[in-house]
Amino acid sequence: MANSTAVKRLVLRLLLMVVVMFAFGFALVPIYDVMCKAFGINGKTAGQYEGEQVVDPTRQVRVQFLSTNAIDMVWEFYPKGDQLVVNPGAVNEMVFVVSNPTDHPMTAQAVPSISPAEAAQYFHKTECFCFTQQVLQPGQSLEMPMRFIVDRDMPKDVKHLTLAYTLFDITARHPPVAANAGKDETRLAR
Amino acid sequence: MSAVIDDHGPAQDHAHGPAKGLMRWVLTTNHKDIGTLYLWFSFCMFLLGGSFAMVIRAELFQPGLQIVAPAFFNQMTTMHGLIMVFGAVMPAFVGLANWMIPLMIGAPDMALPRMNNFSFWLLPAAFALLISTLFMAGGGPNFGWTFYAPLSTTYAPESVTYFIFAIHLMGISSIMGAINVIATILNLRAPGMTLMKMPLFVWTWLITAFLLIAVMPVLAGVVTMMLMDIHFGTSFFSAAGGGDPVLFQHVFWFFGHPEVYIMILPAFGAISAIIPTFSRKPLFGYTSMVYATASIAFLSFIVWAHHMFVVGIPLVGELFFMYATLLIAVPTGVKVFNWVSTMWQGSLTFETPMLFAVAFVILFTIGGFSGLMLAIAPADFQYHDTYFVVAHFHYVLVPGAIFGIFASTYYWLPKWTGHMYDETLGKLHFWLSFVGMNLTFFPMHFVGLAGMPRRVPDYNLQFADFNMVSSIGGFMFGTTQLLFLFIVIKCIRGGPKAPAKPWDGAEGLEWSVPSPAPYHTFTTPPEIK
Repeated sequence: MANSTAVKRLVLRLLLMVVVMFAFGFALVPIYDVMCKAFGINGKTAGQYEGEQVVDPTRQVRVQFLSTNAIDMVWEFYPKGDQLVVNPGAVNEMVFVVSNPTDHPMTAQAVPSISPAEAAQYFHKTECFCFTQQVLQPGQSLEMPMRFIVDRDMPKDVKHLTLAYTLFDITARHPPVAANAGKDETRLAR
Repeated sequence: MSAVIDDHGPAQDHAHGPAKGLMRWVLTTNHKDIGTLYLWFSFCMFLLGGSFAMVIRAELFQPGLQIVAPAFFNQMTTMHGLIMVFGAVMPAFVGLANWMIPLMIGAPDMALPRMNNFSFWLLPAAFALLISTLFMAGGGPNFGWTFYAPLSTTYAPESVTYFIFAIHLMGISSIMGAINVIATILNLRAPGMTLMKMPLFVWTWLITAFLLIAVMPVLAGVVTMMLMDIHFGTSFFSAAGGGDPVLFQHVFWFFGHPEVYIMILPAFGAISAIIPTFSRKPLFGYTSMVYATASIAFLSFIVWAHHMFVVGIPLVGELFFMYATLLIAVPTGVKVFNWVSTMWQGSLTFETPMLFAVAFVILFTIGGFSGLMLAIAPADFQYHDTYFVVAHFHYVLVPGAIFGIFASTYYWLPKWTGHMYDETLGKLHFWLSFVGMNLTFFPMHFVGLAGMPRRVPDYNLQFADFNMVSSIGGFMFGTTQLLFLFIVIKCIRGGPKAPAKPWDGAEGLEWSVPSPAPYHTFTTPPEIK
């Protein structure tokens, strides 16, 4: 018969393993974000870009714009143009329009995604409405400029990329009391 | 959770048998009683989960919506999966572990008998909670057994919270069971029973228990995140708040892929005991079997994303997960060839356990091959979420896990009950199960390749005939399991007296104790040569 201290020691170690693996499950959340950033996967774009680049006049890239409303989101939301043909390194602008057709103020958050995903890290936004949340009063509409630079180092085989925005209604989570484009920097820098 | 070990001397031992009445089962700390409880619980869940499958097959008997509403159909597919995975297969193997591991390693009981009792009795609570959701407003879980967010968070029925707590309870139960198995195997082996002398069933369970300890906490983590997203305003899986639904799939499959090996490795161990017995030859390649099992367990942690080839992971990721997945075929192939080599030139007889074991080897290999097809990333884009996937995982789970459990049951039933089961009825059960199972799942390969999506209550007319065949096979397989219940009850109530070693080719300590195994065994450790 084994002595019970050996059993106790083993059980404590196994319980420790359980606790560590439970914590590991949660650690996967930041690990996932770090991996996505580090390898530029999953189509997630970085925050505001501060750098400047020299225009590459020899190359052209087609950038398409998509806008989607998440379920239950009633705002009108669309880009003013379908696509732009741009030179890497140049600063370009596309204006997105939103309007709130309801009779109550609402808050929204746009979430961007780039396809193909490996191009995401070469797509720099110098100004984007997705960096903040939007508060619109009843009936109000807004034109929101989005400025971006396609990196000169983007792989040559990418000739065409798509920037898709999904607009979420987050009124319940962020009531529009703080008025005017709540600068909630603590949440996300997109 | 104290480490109480029954420490009575052998003289006292014959004095007390099981307590009388119902409280024997509620309060028992005896590994054989708890094993029996687990096995009966598992069989009840098998019939319940099976009856949900009958609803599914009845609805799919013909195209169009005939019997149930689509919303209820979704609940049936979800509950069928959850109950079969967590309620039928996993508890059955824990039951076999409870019964057989102490007998196989010459231990008097499990190392932590009171915790053993607790881990069993959590299960009825957990499944009562889960099944009760079917009667709630809005219905039970309807998001598939994989409960992908946001289906299981933003769009989930109200009852999802009950589902989450049920999963928590099952997880706690499994983790405690696994700790108990490891503590038993590492501390209570009879003197002389070195690790490399342990029967393979003990080895595969040791490895399975480590898998359970590694991944059940991750499952607990992922349902906790769901709980927080639903009730506490976090955004783990909600893109609106900065989370990512794809993250759910990564965390879930980090649990989910090892989970599929949790459901098959103990069956590998049981088959590795049964085939040598009825081939009257020792197992071919014992050491390679141990290493193959350990390799499969290791690889199971680095292949999870092959379930999510279509979410848009980068090419390098697809390649890595594809190659890693294909690599699993190597240790699995080692096992299959070892089983075949064990049979090679053996004096084979085909009693019911051997029939199930041979069918296991053949049909599990078919499931393995369709797994290889699915592992090829570009081909998976075509197969993803079709009935081909359903065919694949039913071929590894039904003739894999379930046939493994049937084979084990027939093999050890004489030891448990002291009676031989009815061999004719056992063979009938095998053949009906074998034909029914293949009739059900083989046509699913065809409809899947032709593009029939899974988890839908209605389908295109072109799939009608194959689905009708599947349904007929399904009803046949389902009804046959009532015969199994009859055989087991008949064997418990009577039958030819079983000797201590009913199979002449059998090896192992469990055959050195009389049949039925006395309530207390190995209170003095046996001699290991």
